[in-house]
Amino acid sequence: MATVTLENLHKSYGKVAVIHGVDIDIKDGEFIVIVGPSGCGKSTLLRMVAGLEGVSDGEVRIDGKRVNEKEPMDRDIAMVFQNYALYPHMSVAQNMGYGLKIAKTPKAEIDTRVAEAARLLQLEPYLDRRPRELSGGQRQRVAMGRAIVRRPSVFLFDEPLSNLDAKLRVQMRLEIKQLQRELGVTALYVTHDQVEAMTLADRMIVMNAGVAEQIGAPLEVYANPRTAFVAGFIGSPPTNFMAAPDGGQIGVRPEHVSVVAPDAGNVTGRVQYTEPLGAETLVHVILENGETATVRQDGTVPIPAEKQDVGLAWDKAVEMRFGSDGVRVDAR
Amino acid sequence: MEKRVTFKGLWLPLLLVAPQLAITAVFFFYPAGQAIWQSLFIPDPFGLSMQWVGLGNFEYLLSDKYYRASFVTTAVFSILVTVVSMGVALYLAVLADRLIKGSGTYRTLLIWPYAVAPAVAGVLWLFMFNTRVGVVTWYLGLLGYDWNHVLNENEAMGLVVIASAWGRISYNFLFFLAGLQAIPKSVIEAAAIDGARFWTRFRTIVFPLLSPTTFFLLVVNIVYAFFETFGVIHTITSGGPQQATTILVYKVYSDGFVSQDLGSSAAQSVILLVIVGALTIFQFKFIERRVHY
Ligand SMILES: Nc1ncnc2c1ncn2[C@@H]1O[C@H](COP(=O)(O)OP(=O)(O)O)[C@@H](O)[C@H]1O
Ligand SMILES: [Mg+2]
Repeated sequence: MATVTLENLHKSYGKVAVIHGVDIDIKDGEFIVIVGPSGCGKSTLLRMVAGLEGVSDGEVRIDGKRVNEKEPMDRDIAMVFQNYALYPHMSVAQNMGYGLKIAKTPKAEIDTRVAEAARLLQLEPYLDRRPRELSGGQRQRVAMGRAIVRRPSVFLFDEPLSNLDAKLRVQMRLEIKQLQRELGVTALYVTHDQVEAMTLADRMIVMNAGVAEQIGAPLEVYANPRTAFVAGFIGSPPTNFMAAPDGGQIGVRPEHVSVVAPDAGNVTGRVQYTEPLGAETLVHVILENGETATVRQDGTVPIPAEKQDVGLAWDKAVEMRFGSDGVRVDAR
Repeated sequence: MEKRVTFKGLWLPLLLVAPQLAITAVFFFYPAGQAIWQSLFIPDPFGLSMQWVGLGNFEYLLSDKYYRASFVTTAVFSILVTVVSMGVALYLAVLADRLIKGSGTYRTLLIWPYAVAPAVAGVLWLFMFNTRVGVVTWYLGLLGYDWNHVLNENEAMGLVVIASAWGRISYNFLFFLAGLQAIPKSVIEAAAIDGARFWTRFRTIVFPLLSPTTFFLLVVNIVYAFFETFGVIHTITSGGPQQATTILVYKVYSDGFVSQDLGSSAAQSVILLVIVGALTIFQFKFIERRVHY
């Protein structure tokens, strides 16, 4: 098991800088999720830890030792890819045992470890199959199995669930978390899905355009976003933003807003449309100044009619204030 | 998943394949039929009459030590051409695959030899290895090696192999490169993380995944070496010295057109026809099925 340290990590492709200096100390056994929109540099960051991309500047340390110059195979890591990257010409058992075979592990031990992983991942009936004879979820498990049989110190995941359907995604998410707990392995997990990030992470790195905007525990990040970007990205539906008189923005989360009579709210507007989801209802409102806002109310609260004029009310204490550069300005 | 377009009726499909059938009939079935027919006769020296000999031509051929030697020559020649052209092409393709920038130029340069007709390629190589004025011969001379493919059988074989393989390298290269690029990069990366270094990855992942391409090229190149290298051999060695480079196709020509032994020549074509048929069946039955993972 191991700690991972990223220190002032930079990456450029030629003149184009894509990672602008990321710092984090990852504790042994910690589950870190790197989350952010597509193209923000999540994969690049992960691949630098894996050794699949060179480091332009800064340092990657695993267990305190600098690994910048080490080959992927010498870093004691395992990686699960988005497309699983299974060896198509090998059986499930061979796929999982490949790394051990390369390391010249005795055949008996390979078999034991593969059997153990197969049991853990419920893959026992499929050991002789080829990857193409498996469903998406099963392939995903084989990729996990291939990672765990080698007993690496660090697990790296690059959007491992994004090729699965929604239901399977929820189930596998849980399994990954349990597995990581059970094995006590340090994990870095990349996703663009904020729900995945919230549910899996011990701490998460919220990335935007190559910058780590905030690093922290999910609920802490949710409660105290450090920038407007983080406030908008974490939480669904996203935070409502309104222009502030000082040129900055005021953010209020949809669950903190309620629909009231037109003259009783902080602002007034007209209901554009509503989305009744059963347990809750999303009410989309156009404000007088043309901005839009979303209210997330309990399913038991009466749903306002469309085109109805309403007021929106919230407690001033839940407001988040951001400067014109997007950084939080109210003291927290 | 039925993706084929199906036509109703009989006439439209027939009409659509008719040109192809006509070409096949005129340029394949008709000459093949003639060859089979002729192989059963021996014409008199003046070509005025033909004498029925049944399978006599075949019996004679199979007991002829020159014909059997030609079989061995063909086997050696084909294997060498295939191994050299595929080996070099694979090596270049692996290099090009690692190259992202500039691979376009590299590819264009490599495809040029393919556009050179075999006979021209033959002349080109002959010129370089000419025993009196060839530039390579001259350099070999400086190194103390006396190159003379006109007299030395092994050198003659070596030269026709190189000249024939050269033209094929670009063709094989393109297929290998396409095959390499079809292997997902993440699979190679996964193997690297699993601990496999370059050569191990090549042996255990890349090469197995290339096998459909490799087997396809194997058949195509053997067929090429068997049948399409006539021009090279004709221009460089004319089958010599002492028939050392007389492959089966060349023998059909030299026995039929040079020695005017038309019956034997026809019988040899029929044997070649059987060989192509066998290769084709082998390709479809065995390779198409076995090599998919
Ligand atoms: N090999 C490369 N050459 C140039 N630019 C690249 C390369 N790989 C990634 N990039 C760029 O780096 C940025 C981050 O990419 P990536 O890490 O894949 O994003 P993410 O995984 O967050 O979607 C993108 O703008 C992408 O275009
Ligand atoms: Mg990515």
